[in-house]
Amino acid sequence: MNARLIWPQKIVSGDVVKVRLLIQHPMETGYLQDMTGHLIPRNIIQWVSCVYDAQEVLRVETSSGIAANPFFEFYVRATVTGLMVVKWLDDDGQAGEFRQLMSVQD
Amino acid sequence: MSLSFLSRSLKTKPLFSRQRREGLVLGWGLGLGLGSFFTLGFMKNASAADAPVEHMMTSGRLRSMQEMLGGIQGTVVNERQLQHAGIKLHLSILADNGNSVPLGVSVDSPMTPEDHVRDIYLLSQRNPVLVMAHLHLGPWNARAELNTRVRLAGTQKVVALARTNTDRWLVDSADIIVTESACVDASN
Repeated sequence: MNARLIWPQKIVSGDVVKVRLLIQHPMETGYLQDMTGHLIPRNIIQWVSCVYDAQEVLRVETSSGIAANPFFEFYVRATVTGLMVVKWLDDDGQAGEFRQLMSVQD
Repeated sequence: MSLSFLSRSLKTKPLFSRQRREGLVLGWGLGLGLGSFFTLGFMKNASAADAPVEHMMTSGRLRSMQEMLGGIQGTVVNERQLQHAGIKLHLSILADNGNSVPLGVSVDSPMTPEDHVRDIYLLSQRNPVLVMAHLHLGPWNARAELNTRVRLAGTQKVVALARTNTDRWLVDSADIIVTESACVDASN
């Protein structure tokens, strides 16, 4: 399991930063069949959580209505240099985690 | 063989004589009939093998607005409480493929601790699952703006519903034509 976090290279404290989050996940709906005519079991991400500076800045409860390789673009006010920790859980019980340091200039 | 001979032969014996044409039509008809008989028979066998599989999909029917608002778990939305201003759902008019449709929501909100957007719901009129995503925001976001990619099971109305901390409900909707539904694939 893999994820990517993208934000501007230069961030000054107080900036409102556009954060782009991309998670690699098939998001199988459970409604589609494979080539032999059998239903592919459902496997979707149930929730995604982004924590920055001890604050959950985004929480998404997802369903099969979210496209494969979920993508979320949101804004967050950058205050201090800190880790952005992304966690998620899917139907298979697989928990994913991805962390990236957001360096903020004063 | 002179050219004049060729033209004469064409004149007397056209390439597609009436008889020949009739023969062709008959042949095509026979071919199509036999072909469809066999393919239909085959398809029938294939679907019979799939019959025990219970399809949980209940899409295809369009939900009404009340149904959509009533289907959100854990909340009760009164249609009279809704404000049709201060929120914008960005969605294209046409999507070639319902598997991944870019969708954006922006809400006019100062995003201060006193007044901010708390929840955003993305609702689908036709998908087997009503709520495509439930997003939690707060004053730390500074801007109530989101972009994501959704799956859509056919042409329908998409609704974005936002709830502020002061319990105001904002709603915007957009119609989208989806050429290829996300709920069918090549194996069907």
